[in-house]
Amino acid sequence: MSQPTTQRDKRTAAPSGSDRTPPKTPRASSWASMPLPVRHLLLAVLGLVGVTGLLFVTGDLTALRIAAVGYTMLAVAGLQLLVGGSGQVSLGHGAFMMIGAYTMALLVLHQPMLPLAANLGIIVVVSIIAGIAVGAATARLHGPYLAGATLILAVGLPGLTHRYHDLLGGSNGLNIRTAGAPPFLQDLLSTSEWRALVVWTTVVIGLAVLATISSGRLGRRMRAIRDDETAAAMAGVPVGKTKVVAFVIASTAGGLAGGLQAYVLGTVTPSSFTLVLSLTLLAALVLGGIGSLWGALWASIAIVYLQIWAGDLAGAMNLSRDAENNLPIVFFGVVLILVLRFWPLGVHGALQSLRARLRARES
Amino acid sequence: MTHFINLTLNGLASGAAYAALALSLVIIYQATRLVNFAQPALALVAVYAAYTVTQLTGSYWIGFASALIVGMAAGALVERVIIRPIAKTSQLNAIIVTLGLLLVIQGGVGMVWGNEQHGFRYAFSYVGRFSPADTFALVSVGVVALLLFAVYRFTPFGLRMRAAAFHPESARLSGVKVGLMLTAGWGIASFIGALAGMLAGPPFLSPNVFDVVFVFGITAAVVGGLDNPFGAVIGGLLIGLGMSYVSGYLGPELATLSALAIVVIVLSVRPDGILSRPTARKV
Amino acid sequence: MSTEPLLSVQGLTAHYGPVRVLDDVSLDVPDRGLCAVLGANGAGKTTLLRTLTGLHRATSGRVLLEGEDLTRLPAEKVITRGLAHVPEGGGVIVELTVEENLRLGGLWRSDRRDRTTFDEVMDLFPPLVERRTKSASTLSGGERQMLAIGRALMARPKVLLLDEPSLGLAPLITKQIFTLLRDLRDHTGLTVVLVEQNAAGALSVTDHGFVLNQGRVATEGPSEGLLADDRTRHAYLGF
Repeated sequence: MSQPTTQRDKRTAAPSGSDRTPPKTPRASSWASMPLPVRHLLLAVLGLVGVTGLLFVTGDLTALRIAAVGYTMLAVAGLQLLVGGSGQVSLGHGAFMMIGAYTMALLVLHQPMLPLAANLGIIVVVSIIAGIAVGAATARLHGPYLAGATLILAVGLPGLTHRYHDLLGGSNGLNIRTAGAPPFLQDLLSTSEWRALVVWTTVVIGLAVLATISSGRLGRRMRAIRDDETAAAMAGVPVGKTKVVAFVIASTAGGLAGGLQAYVLGTVTPSSFTLVLSLTLLAALVLGGIGSLWGALWASIAIVYLQIWAGDLAGAMNLSRDAENNLPIVFFGVVLILVLRFWPLGVHGALQSLRARLRARES
Repeated sequence: MTHFINLTLNGLASGAAYAALALSLVIIYQATRLVNFAQPALALVAVYAAYTVTQLTGSYWIGFASALIVGMAAGALVERVIIRPIAKTSQLNAIIVTLGLLLVIQGGVGMVWGNEQHGFRYAFSYVGRFSPADTFALVSVGVVALLLFAVYRFTPFGLRMRAAAFHPESARLSGVKVGLMLTAGWGIASFIGALAGMLAGPPFLSPNVFDVVFVFGITAAVVGGLDNPFGAVIGGLLIGLGMSYVSGYLGPELATLSALAIVVIVLSVRPDGILSRPTARKV
Repeated sequence: MSTEPLLSVQGLTAHYGPVRVLDDVSLDVPDRGLCAVLGANGAGKTTLLRTLTGLHRATSGRVLLEGEDLTRLPAEKVITRGLAHVPEGGGVIVELTVEENLRLGGLWRSDRRDRTTFDEVMDLFPPLVERRTKSASTLSGGERQMLAIGRALMARPKVLLLDEPSLGLAPLITKQIFTLLRDLRDHTGLTVVLVEQNAAGALSVTDHGFVLNQGRVATEGPSEGLLADDRTRHAYLGF
């Protein structure tokens, strides 16, 4: 499993970790004196090394799951910045994943000569544009209104694939073939492992950027808006602009995640980007803990592995296909309700308070 | 011209269902200051219950009645067991909990009844321009809305409901059991939501059959103003007309996205809805 | 004064979170009494009323009305036992009409169809009569206070608790309301407990006063005595 290595670096990268008192050893103080982006980048490299190691000791199937955890985590982390950072509830995150995924598919189909990195770059640009369009339109909406508007987006966008059937393939979607590992690595890495590596390289860079943003000035502004919009405005925080920027960053993370998903799975269909996807992402985020980037890892592992466990469970108990498909959905719904009822800070928050209690007992 | 008239009549009929759903959202919003994203899911349970009862008894109308009863009971139960403990913590949490409920119920319905479509009949024949089914939709929603207005406006129960919604503390000091009124409000809202489901569900049922209906219902509620029951009804009819024209002239795939455009434009001009009274900003 | 108090508060303690707002408060209000509860901002006056009527939970202590223990009753039940509370600002529901506000006060009574209470209350407040069908939002501050008192009277309570009825009102209107409370006591036998910031005004109409300071009863006595006692006035009442 991928937790041990990635967990350690994500914890330090998380905004909640920055208030920890730095140890007094010389090495640690030189670590603390490094600028934040550099620190986040180093942690990202460390995380990537960890994932690579993990890929070598596990099989091909696990490689695909590790890749899935990767892009899901990027999507959840983007949503986290939006919900946890600026307090906006967006139910349209799945829609941005869809935009990213279809952009990837169209680029691979129609511009096959473009390298993958260029495709990802174009996806970022497309997602930013889409994010600005939706974010600017919804900037004045708050609370239930924003949730309602983004819900409409999540329900409505997949309909476009039917509208532009020839281009987007209707309900069958689009199938793409992407290259595997480059020739000189082919002995070393299988296609799945190579893809997992590509995904995680993109993901750790994305996470480093998100962590840097959320611990910087923009992050502080967003949290000020989340805590009290009126007070933030009076303190000189440009509320509208900050909200739009947060929305755009989140959409970009979502779009990139969708692009990576299309790259790994080789297929995009409108039925993968329903309202349920957006709700599941939100549920997983709440499960992992809304306040910290670190909770996004828990969330994405939960999303990927629950699907698998539900399948196993349904197989073991001879449940129908309908039961199997709906089990994770029901689970996430129950989790959402129970976590908010008993553990409003999520699993990560619960662990933190447990740790604090243990430490209090020691001293 | 015939096309236009047909679209208008269709729009009014489907608008009745949107109006009912919007009304159910507004009733709960007035009482709890919460947009109940689980409303379509409650309607879903009610309509599937009607489907099963109709299959078992062979009578559509026994099924219809059980939909309304199941919807009402489900709404009251949800308020008591799930919403009440959460509503105190924060608005964000309460919204997310209703979304969780939406997931649970949609998934649960899928597990029990399956993800595939089931055929489900209309109350009356749906053949022809402004069919009996269309008439029934408009009349039933109209009657329910009038009844609701009369109960709220003229009965002691309605006075208690309004007092509890507008000023819970004063209501309690006047001897109103505010908790009971909240439960009753959710029950009534989900009763009307179930009616919307019975009108909008046919000809086919599936676990996400109400996603699009909900989009139009919430658009109607937002257009009318979330705390204005009259606005909800009028908003529902307007959205029904608008979506009918969009579907007829531009294509049905664009209806949901044009609903998004309507919501965004309306809220940019009047952040609390067209028909809503402007309220002071809370600091 | 009769020997048995109508309303008896015994060792009442209440908290907001960790903060102790009421600290072992005991006071007795006799039948047909007209009492003032005075004290500075934050002395615990409003919390005292809210705890009496069940809007806030007591940590310990008891509230007895004619010997019946009301301490654990929720607010919607307390009113049915005869303890009415006009909250700060009146708590008039501006979305309802004047008449609806009044009717709401007596809605829990089994004889709610009987118009006599309604007519009696209307007679007390002539300005409300002509506004009957108007929205309560059209009323002036003084009229709102009248409506709030009228709504409480619709319940035919034994004790009427008022939280700062003079707040934001012109001196003349305040005087009218104070006089009205005194007349109510004199003519109908209603017991009135008045929480006030306006100590001089309240002491001039009441017959007994309690002074709260930091959640405790600092001193109590006949209103004239409190008015005459310079030490109390300077220490707690600020005039």
